[in-house]
Amino acid sequence: MDPFTTHRGLVATLDRANVDTDQIIPKQFLKSILRTGFGEHLFQDWRCRADKTPDPAFELNAPRFTHASILATRKNFGCGSSREHAVWAIQQHGFRVVIAPSFADIFHTNSTKNGLLTVTLQEAEVEEVFQMVGRYQGLEATVDLEHQRVTLHLPEELSFHFEMDAGVKEHLARGLDAIGLTLRHEPAITAFESTHDSQMPRGV
Amino acid sequence: MGQTLFEKIWTRHVVEMLPDGTALLYMDRHLVHEVTSPQAFEGLRLSGRRVRRPELTVATMDHNVPTEDRTVIRDLISKAQIDALAANCQEFGVTLYDLASDRQGIVHIIGPELGLTLPGTTIVCGDSHTSTHGAFGTLAFGIGTSEVEHVLATQCLTQKRPKTFKVDFTGRPGPGVTAKDLILKLIGTIGTSGGTGYVFEYAGEAIRALSMESRMTVCNMSIEAGARAGMIAPDDTTFQYFAAGKRPFAPQGAAFDQAVAFWNTLPSDSDAAFDKTLTLDAAQIAPQVTWGTNPGMVVDVTGRVPAPDAVPGASRKDVEQALAYMGLTPGTPITDIPVDTVFIGSCTNARIEDLRAAAARFKGRTIAKTVRVLVVPGSQAVKAQAEQEGLHTIFQQAGCQWRESGCSMCLGMNPDQLTPGERCASTSNRNFEGRQGKGGRTHLVSPEMAAATAIAGHFVDIRSWR
Repeated sequence: MDPFTTHRGLVATLDRANVDTDQIIPKQFLKSILRTGFGEHLFQDWRCRADKTPDPAFELNAPRFTHASILATRKNFGCGSSREHAVWAIQQHGFRVVIAPSFADIFHTNSTKNGLLTVTLQEAEVEEVFQMVGRYQGLEATVDLEHQRVTLHLPEELSFHFEMDAGVKEHLARGLDAIGLTLRHEPAITAFESTHDSQMPRGV
Repeated sequence: MGQTLFEKIWTRHVVEMLPDGTALLYMDRHLVHEVTSPQAFEGLRLSGRRVRRPELTVATMDHNVPTEDRTVIRDLISKAQIDALAANCQEFGVTLYDLASDRQGIVHIIGPELGLTLPGTTIVCGDSHTSTHGAFGTLAFGIGTSEVEHVLATQCLTQKRPKTFKVDFTGRPGPGVTAKDLILKLIGTIGTSGGTGYVFEYAGEAIRALSMESRMTVCNMSIEAGARAGMIAPDDTTFQYFAAGKRPFAPQGAAFDQAVAFWNTLPSDSDAAFDKTLTLDAAQIAPQVTWGTNPGMVVDVTGRVPAPDAVPGASRKDVEQALAYMGLTPGTPITDIPVDTVFIGSCTNARIEDLRAAAARFKGRTIAKTVRVLVVPGSQAVKAQAEQEGLHTIFQQAGCQWRESGCSMCLGMNPDQLTPGERCASTSNRNFEGRQGKGGRTHLVSPEMAAATAIAGHFVDIRSWR
């Protein structure tokens, strides 16, 4: 996983609450046994009409968002299915950061494991991001993980602080291998098993 | 201060506290299926790692399997995924209940059936409905593929401790009101993110009166309120479940008695504190029907499709989008909505008790001419039991299709899908856009409501309908 330090990029908005992972990556693309090839199918059922042409009514199809790498959206983003394919699709489409008032738990964890930064801002702050993106075509933002700040590059810069778990932050900032880290605790796991196994009732 | 059920299990499974305040948490069981595991096994191969405890890991194929002729899988991509799981289980020494096994089924249905799901233990699976197993007083939650790989390699996960949320269902639900209605009512009350960051403990008279099957229905949909896990304290109903069935992975004989002694220590202490509590009067709950595109968009069957500005917690735009997708007009009585398809199945409602409840409605009746009905048992064991009881004959005589076990039309990864605009009364757990097939319109209901709807051709209030 690549370390995340700061990222500057174009901001796109998706004005929907409770965006579920079935929308992010529809089921027909979950049959792959690979980790790649999901980006082109991001939001497929919203992006494409029945005849497979792009639906101009879908916000992210707007030409101004074509090269966006920061996605701002509404509360409870990523709810529903645990499919990590949703995170892979978002990243492979070119997004590095998602900003929302709240995220679903499993989606948030999956994002962290893949180096996709989820930034939680207050609902009013997200609304402000929406307003500014609406007003300024081509609006870019810088997301600074170390200082936990999102800065909108407006004529007068607008900046928001975001909260973040220390552990999650370190994980992202250093691009750590979570399994490798846990395996450093191998002796503790083995010691735990030696008593726990006999204490836990089990048939087999 | 006493401890909650959750705290007792959590504490017992902490291997080590880590410097960042998270816990290294031990997993007693890991359930695996074909869709979220191939990349995890591939990760192990690339890093030269093994499965740490293959004997604690159990796999089945359920998400994309056909429910008609399962000897031939025509979808080659599905077949590749199924073949990959079989090859991975073989390579890493993991027990697999494949399509030829008489114990195959939806992972959350066969876990309890086999006795893999035990009180006081931890269970994870790469599927959000892992919360189902909490019905046994188990800490069980869904994980993504990276965490699947993590558990395969280490049998542990690093976890931030969630907060606790007690949901008390007082009183007794009236006739025709089921576990499905209790949980839909809760989700409608607190919304689809009302439980985010929490583990639910369901308690109260109405919960204690539920069978294990119904408790699983309640816990199953915890994730639809945003909670990764939902739990119910084990009691005699729980212990009876192990005594009643053939559950090879559950303790037997003296070991079972010892286990019960331990399980009896698990219920939350009377002075235990929860971070949040909510009380709902089960006697006041009506059969529930969802009208929108998430499980929180739900009303009583006696209600009407709401107006865009009349839905607390949802923006006008979100409601308008949901109504447009669902093809519904505000003010329409729920019982005036006709359906094209009825799906009885899924990890929420495809256990034997669900099929019995549906069959009781179908007995001696036929489905409406305009409706197709799929009845998909949750496992091969459920299927065999239903056939032994003659339920399949009741379904078939009523005009329903009787299928093989699998996830089927709950998520439409196999050929069982809705077509655009098709409206479905479904006993599953998610009414998201396109969930059951692109453009399909899903209304979530109980098995009893689904069966009555199939017969009437539109939603009915089963309390007054005959």
